[in-house]
Amino acid sequence: MRRLLINKIILTLSTISALIGLAFLAWILVTLFVKGLSSFHFSLFVNDLIDNGLRNLIIGQFILAGMASVIGIPLGMVAGIYIREYGQGRYANLIRNLSDIMMSAPSIVIGAFVYAIIVVPTGHTSGFAGSIALAIMMIPIVISTTDSMLSLVPKELREAGIALGASKYKVIFDIVIKSAKVGIMTGILLAFARIVGETAPLLFTSQTSNYFTLDLTHAFPSLSVSIYDLASDVQTSSRDLAWAASFILTVMVLVINLTGKFITRNKK
Amino acid sequence: MEKIFQKFAFSSATLVFIILLGIFITLFNAARPAINEFGLNFIVDPAWNKEVPITTPQAKTDKSVTQSAVSNTDDETVDVNDFGDDSDDMMMQDEDDTPTKTIYGGLVPLVGTIFSTLIALAFAMPIAMGIAIFLAEIAPKKIATFVGGAIELLAAIPSIIFGMWGLYYFAPIVAALFGGFQVSLLTAGLVLGVMILPFMAAITRDSMNTTPDILKESAYALGATKFEVIKDVIFPYSKVGIIGSIILSLGRALGETMAVAFLIGSIFELPHKITDPTISIPVALANNFGEASGLGMSSLFYLALILFVMSFAVISFAKFYFLRKAN
Repeated sequence: MRRLLINKIILTLSTISALIGLAFLAWILVTLFVKGLSSFHFSLFVNDLIDNGLRNLIIGQFILAGMASVIGIPLGMVAGIYIREYGQGRYANLIRNLSDIMMSAPSIVIGAFVYAIIVVPTGHTSGFAGSIALAIMMIPIVISTTDSMLSLVPKELREAGIALGASKYKVIFDIVIKSAKVGIMTGILLAFARIVGETAPLLFTSQTSNYFTLDLTHAFPSLSVSIYDLASDVQTSSRDLAWAASFILTVMVLVINLTGKFITRNKK
Repeated sequence: MEKIFQKFAFSSATLVFIILLGIFITLFNAARPAINEFGLNFIVDPAWNKEVPITTPQAKTDKSVTQSAVSNTDDETVDVNDFGDDSDDMMMQDEDDTPTKTIYGGLVPLVGTIFSTLIALAFAMPIAMGIAIFLAEIAPKKIATFVGGAIELLAAIPSIIFGMWGLYYFAPIVAALFGGFQVSLLTAGLVLGVMILPFMAAITRDSMNTTPDILKESAYALGATKFEVIKDVIFPYSKVGIIGSIILSLGRALGETMAVAFLIGSIFELPHKITDPTISIPVALANNFGEASGLGMSSLFYLALILFVMSFAVISFAKFYFLRKAN
């Protein structure tokens, strides 16, 4: 009897834990929707921050993350291909482990690193430095996705290619990558969702700007960094704008994230 | 073409190694002035950005003299006090003339980082275990997929959102329950706990799912209750994986910046209670990097180096010791 009672208590507690987790998610999302929508207005997409809009920030955030993807995705994919297809035992394993460690490296430290190697020599913050910082965060994520997606491709496919006389390079690009395409694309989408909401690596690399600019050699508008500035502002109007911006940022991140998950689920 | 691609692939993979090494060397170089100046004393010194005279002045003895004089009638006391204030001011001026230096110590942010992480772990661990048990053993498949997806969604929310929500909605409740300040070690730790919750729950669930069904079924066949199966079969089997997931979450929590920046209070003071405001290493970097220069800047890099080494050590420990065994 006592065993059954303990069993019941523990199972109830576990279920309550799951409810607590869901409650936190609901609490945050509801807060965002209520606060965000109450200060939301379509003029936010038309004006720049200097006129109390968010247009330049949203575009800036996408450009920063986009530039990071342009740098990070090819490098990460090729490195992932290396450790799965070319790498010999120990070295590939070492890189795999280091890449996992790099994935969990504090993002603010990456910001400090990029500050030291780019912002200090050039003398000022730039969109370019921000993109590099985000790219450094993205590379290990892309590596680990590519690596695990390639590992799902059956060995027989590669052997068939080689038996036909194709070079290794051809086998990788025409057979292996093609069959792992959806998985890799999804992983990249999730990696993009992960970096597009980042703040810490941008704080002192790209900073943010009140004006619309496409010039990556100077301080660059960033939605997340501006949220930090606005949210700690004493004026309520700034804070309302911060809530609207947070709402937009979260919706952006969650939509990209869910799209990625949806693709994976459909494939299965 | 084949050769070129192979070379390119090799260099890309090596880039990971170069970046990690580059981070270490760059931080070390930038921190070197501070390392030379303060050495390892840095991590036990609670003073930050504090002016100290290089030569110890006579001020202390002077002060004790004036204070001992304050023991007569009231009127005289006031006079003496005035005099005392004046002399203090004069001494301050004297101190300006004597060469001073600014000292930096990393104890406060270090303590803030470690304690906020520990609070986060203490808060997240039981809930994450509960969620993992619920997902792996209790819920029917459909519900498990839904709840699991929702919990993963929690992990996708940008950290700055946790910070804003924490500051304006969570902190007032915590302060009302536990007293003390709204921005404090406690609120920062709790919000950090909410942030690492999904991560911890997901890896724990994955480790628990590696338990072979046949072991569980044998235990059920012997008449064990679900809890007994979890406690005596699943936990022992997936123990290393679970411990690894906890340590990995700890590594995540150490470096979290934005959520903590809103909530920890950002003052360089040692907390006496957990409801006191203080600062953590990432927050010290985030808030002071813009204005710092010279030795102050170098000290920030020193902090960054300490954080990097800490998280590197914690994560590789989890990876090599626990998670490799689990695989």
